[in-house]
Amino acid sequence: MSKARAMQQKTTSGLLEVNGLTVQVATPAGARTVVDDLSFTLEGGKTLCIAGESGSGKSMTALSLMQLLPKPMARVSAGTAKLDGRDILALPEAEMRQVRGRHIGMIFQEPMTSLNPVLTIGKQLGGAISAHGGMRGGLSDAAIRARALELLDQVQIPEPARRLKQFPHELSGGMRQRVVIAMALAQSPQILIADEPTTALDVTVQAQILALIRKLQADLGISVIMITHDMGVVAEMADDVLVMQHGRMVEHSPASVIFSKPRHPYTQELLAAVPRLGEMTGTSAPKRMSDDATASVQTPAPAEPLVAVKDLTVRFDIKGGILQRPVQRVHAVEGVSFDIMPGETLSLVGESGCGKSTTGKALLNLIPWQGDIRVAGRETRGLGASAMRPVLRDVQMIFQDPYASLDPRMRVGDLVAEPLHIHGLASGSELDDRVAYLFRRVGLSADQMRRYPHEFSGGQRQRICIARALSLSPKLIVADESVAALDVSIQAQVLDLLQDIQNETGMSYLFISHDMAVVEQISHRVAVMYMGRFVEMGSRAQIFENPQHDYTKKLMAAVPVADPSRPRRAFMERAEDLPSPVHELDYTPPLQAARDIGGGHMVWEAAGR
Amino acid sequence: MLAYITRRLVQTALILLGISFVTFVLLYLVPADPARQIAGRSATAATVENIREQLGLNLPFYEQYLRYLGGLLNGDLGRSYLQKTEVSTLIAARLPASLLLMAGAIFCELALGLTMGVVAALKRGSRTDDTLMIASFVGVSAPQFVIGILLLYVFAVKLGWFPIGGYGTFAHLVLPSITLGFLGAGWYSRMMRSSLIDVLRQDYIRTARATGATRAKVLFGHALPNAILPIIAMIGIDIGLFMSGIVVVESVFGWPGIGQLAWQAIQRVDIPIIMGVTLVSACAIVIGNLLADLITPLIDPRIKLR
Repeated sequence: MSKARAMQQKTTSGLLEVNGLTVQVATPAGARTVVDDLSFTLEGGKTLCIAGESGSGKSMTALSLMQLLPKPMARVSAGTAKLDGRDILALPEAEMRQVRGRHIGMIFQEPMTSLNPVLTIGKQLGGAISAHGGMRGGLSDAAIRARALELLDQVQIPEPARRLKQFPHELSGGMRQRVVIAMALAQSPQILIADEPTTALDVTVQAQILALIRKLQADLGISVIMITHDMGVVAEMADDVLVMQHGRMVEHSPASVIFSKPRHPYTQELLAAVPRLGEMTGTSAPKRMSDDATASVQTPAPAEPLVAVKDLTVRFDIKGGILQRPVQRVHAVEGVSFDIMPGETLSLVGESGCGKSTTGKALLNLIPWQGDIRVAGRETRGLGASAMRPVLRDVQMIFQDPYASLDPRMRVGDLVAEPLHIHGLASGSELDDRVAYLFRRVGLSADQMRRYPHEFSGGQRQRICIARALSLSPKLIVADESVAALDVSIQAQVLDLLQDIQNETGMSYLFISHDMAVVEQISHRVAVMYMGRFVEMGSRAQIFENPQHDYTKKLMAAVPVADPSRPRRAFMERAEDLPSPVHELDYTPPLQAARDIGGGHMVWEAAGR
Repeated sequence: MLAYITRRLVQTALILLGISFVTFVLLYLVPADPARQIAGRSATAATVENIREQLGLNLPFYEQYLRYLGGLLNGDLGRSYLQKTEVSTLIAARLPASLLLMAGAIFCELALGLTMGVVAALKRGSRTDDTLMIASFVGVSAPQFVIGILLLYVFAVKLGWFPIGGYGTFAHLVLPSITLGFLGAGWYSRMMRSSLIDVLRQDYIRTARATGATRAKVLFGHALPNAILPIIAMIGIDIGLFMSGIVVVESVFGWPGIGQLAWQAIQRVDIPIIMGVTLVSACAIVIGNLLADLITPLIDPRIKLR
């Protein structure tokens, strides 16, 4: 039956003509236009990338083509989208349903939430296969199962038969995204719309998924509309690129032209803001390091490290049985040692679940840990909340999500003042002055202090978080994925701000990130983490120009490069599950010896490797 | 799984112990004198004293409680002061009627509440939604004896569709079940509405729609199994609410269940019966919760009982 559909598909073209698409969203202040008079043509078998930052209207465009806009808040107010001569924007729901899945398939950003948690993979995939044509789509159970297995094989999922019985939470993010792709392809559509399909995934998984989409496109001859904010992904995927800003198209050109001769200033700005891996080759200091600051770092380093971590181990017990005794253990961080010098930025880089955030939290005693940590000469092991308080004056943290890390019911001025209150460092007009100073320091104006967090954009909120972290004049800031949720242009500004603060005050950073290109820009030294351990640590130049460990090399190879002329990677190996960090109670992790290959460049490898 | 159930049963035993203690203390502090109740108004002080001695009511509090506990451990709930019968026999005779009423009420509140909630969620913001939510508010706020008497008046007295009271046939069951389930229907319709609205906003619903699934498949196949999860937990807690509702409803409809038994016992300070009914109710609540917790993982694979 899939053959029959494939035949039928050949007789139609994958051509989609969008003309004057306008989408409006209802707001208390009246209708707001989020997509404004957008026109483009999707050629059969080609990939069109719609690029833009958050709020540019790119996702709304995708949803309106599927008639999946959140009703009644958003609606298409004008425009047509012609597919095989029919305007799919004007189709009534019952006919549109026939278009969904059968003519246009869609995949979404969040693989963790785009599958139904209470249904097995087999059931959901089966639902997608038999969505049309009455009960079970007129297919027998055996036919559905056979097609499901075929699809899982197509999206390169190992052991497809076992996967059918599994539930979404038993699969990794990359695996889930493959399942969502399989569901989108279940009825052999001619067009695939992919809305930020890899944004929530690790780089190595992202590379796999992008390669998979390219391969499926080549094998099945489908057209792809790819929506992304990442110019690296655009370069990897696009034939044509449409750049959007504030709901309008600012530029529409072939990919090669966009990257070599961007015409519109916004496109140029967007490309300039993209951090590129390898652009710092040949320098040793971070990007915006001022000359005198470089000098101060390069003068013989102070003898005392600001932070000294030795054999840090974090394990979480999994409890069970009648008496809730530990039955298994998660080995989150396993024997990690590092120093951070005053005025230095050490980056921890690795993929999700590698233990980098856990390491950062251990520095602030936010979780129980074993080993030795000294902050500014003080042992922090076993310190209770009140004994830890003076240490916390020296170490502060900035988190990933600026939307979740500010209490929505407090004024931002009070949020920034709160640490000063807690430590009893200032009060009255002195406190106000200090908070006003902090606001100006992070590039906000002091009269914004009386507003609430929801009145600020993501970038401004992250500045408020930085101001709060700075309020105690700490010596070290732990920045946990602090720019990951921001658009590239905003990301560049926040990174510059962090760098300026370091130049000015000699602040140290523990910069936790999954983004190799960002890490390259901001770090003095870099540690690569995998499965709770360091695999490689060294200066920025050592790690990026001379990576030694296989994992470091793999990570760097996976980063998409914003250069379409670079040969696109060939198809990658099958998806694989990460090894599990959960072990039995009596498990003793194998010792790994560090090898110093010169100049403080350390590589850890398992014995016998 | 077995370990989980064992642990829960051990917890249950501790909970029952606590409940027995608290109830016993409260009854001890009540200013009514059971011995005087038994003896009657005209009895002499000596007779009353005699009865008190017989029942052990003159013993210090802790001794009375320990004696009661000792009986409990042997499965003995004691003897009713006034009916001169084993409490366990009395409860066993009346429990089936109460369980039947409870089953009827659960059916009513789910059938009524879930339907109202689903319809309101699907028609959110419409007049239908408003009407249903007003109805549910009435259900939540109207006292049960008022609803019971209203239903009796309209359907039994005026229309004559159902018997006025009593026990025996299916027709007898209808009005008390609706009365008892009305409150829960109000709660469930609200919970179901907000839960379903929340679920319909989830990404996986959008994914299902993007495959071209019909509205019915999206609703019944994808949305409802997720939306029902908080409701199941609620049913477990609800059994506790029923226990208090049963006392009222059984009196209104003359339903011969443990609610009526408890009501009579309270009026006459028949402590062994009050203790017995309280413990049986507590058992029902704990078992209801346990069942809810055991059912949830059957629907939600993310929940593992440890």
